[in-house]
Amino acid sequence: MKSLIDILDLTTEELDELIATAQDIIANPAKYAEACRGKKLATLFFEPSTRTRMSFEAAMYELGGNVISVTGAASSSAAKGESVADTAKTVSCYTDIIAIRHPKEGAAYVTAKNASVPVINAGDGGHCHPTQTLADLLTIYREKGRFSGLTIGVCGDLKFGRTVHSLINAMSRYEGNKFVLISPEELKVPSYVKKDVLQQKNIPYVQTTDLEAVMPELDILYMTRVQRERFFNEEDYLRLKDSYILTVDKLKNAKRDLAILHPLPRVNEISVAVDDDPRACYFKQVLNGKYMRMALILKLLREAGQI
Amino acid sequence: MNIDSINNGIVIDHISAGNGMKLYELLGLAELDCSVAIIKNVVSQKMGKKDIIKVDADIPVDLDVIGFVDPGATINIIRNGSLVEKRNIEMPERLVNVIKCRNPRCITSCEQELDHVFKLTDREHKVYRCIYCETKAN
Repeated sequence: MKSLIDILDLTTEELDELIATAQDIIANPAKYAEACRGKKLATLFFEPSTRTRMSFEAAMYELGGNVISVTGAASSSAAKGESVADTAKTVSCYTDIIAIRHPKEGAAYVTAKNASVPVINAGDGGHCHPTQTLADLLTIYREKGRFSGLTIGVCGDLKFGRTVHSLINAMSRYEGNKFVLISPEELKVPSYVKKDVLQQKNIPYVQTTDLEAVMPELDILYMTRVQRERFFNEEDYLRLKDSYILTVDKLKNAKRDLAILHPLPRVNEISVAVDDDPRACYFKQVLNGKYMRMALILKLLREAGQI
Repeated sequence: MNIDSINNGIVIDHISAGNGMKLYELLGLAELDCSVAIIKNVVSQKMGKKDIIKVDADIPVDLDVIGFVDPGATINIIRNGSLVEKRNIEMPERLVNVIKCRNPRCITSCEQELDHVFKLTDREHKVYRCIYCETKAN
């Protein structure tokens, strides 16, 4: 694997290997402190992001490497009309590995096709965001100790929520999982996710609009934000943005070992009071994201023969 | 209705009724100077109705286009008034610059130099998806 564009680029074995590396980094951070000494990560962020960019940069620094970055198309040569392909070829001359976020779907793929160094997709529009899924998976593994036999509720914007599609794809590879898809009618999971993933693999799922009714069944509750930037129409966004708000009261019938995840940032879909509940895992998830990005950078640089 | 036989050229036969015009457009047959006939709704024992295209010139034909639009079609190559070759068509694994991705969020919508590439993801249901954004071809 030269680059990571889609979570499905990783085999189950490679995923297990990344989880094991991340666990080892957590247990023995000093062992990895110089692992990428002298190596440079380029973070090319053509779309606003705080946590993903900082997470990549923190990950590289903790591996002993350096970071050079571009934030916002306005400050880069993209503003002069440079193509993504040319940017990839140019940046490859300066760095050892690239993490790119771009508003257009497929931009990371084009980058990987043209770069001579490994490329990590840090989010291409509403399409893929595989390192978020890696963060989600490490959190599930650390909270549940397994990837199988889980009832996974995903709630909110299931139509445009790229993290949801990737999580469904990734967790569909394991035995005995069931999905509960909770969303307003207008933001249901696209039919291709249902047909190509859930139905094709014969994975049980239910669709509902009622979060509280399904709460007692769930082992994992993955909340998502309704993202303003995915709507062409502001009216639709305003109508749907407050569809689901998780409160302490709504959790009263939930399992005692439920794990609540959220890719963050949240707006108001999880009440701040829920943060004190031991079942709230979303800030742990942020930290886990950094560890998985460290594991991924290590893997890609090793496979490229750079370390 | 009679259409003259052709001497040197190709006949695309067994086109599902209604696909003839689509093939005519995607194959760029409107650009040709030679005689081109589209015969619609021809009675067929096997298909009920079918379309036929006859091109009175020995032109190269993009088999991927035909395989995408109508994999059941056949191509007959005619030389000196005789059938010299009959080709069956298969659905291509990849389509390059045959159709365009309609997703306004796709990278191909703003980077003009990129090829529009689709891959066959479901042979049974004839589903092609954009290799960049995975949007289904219409």
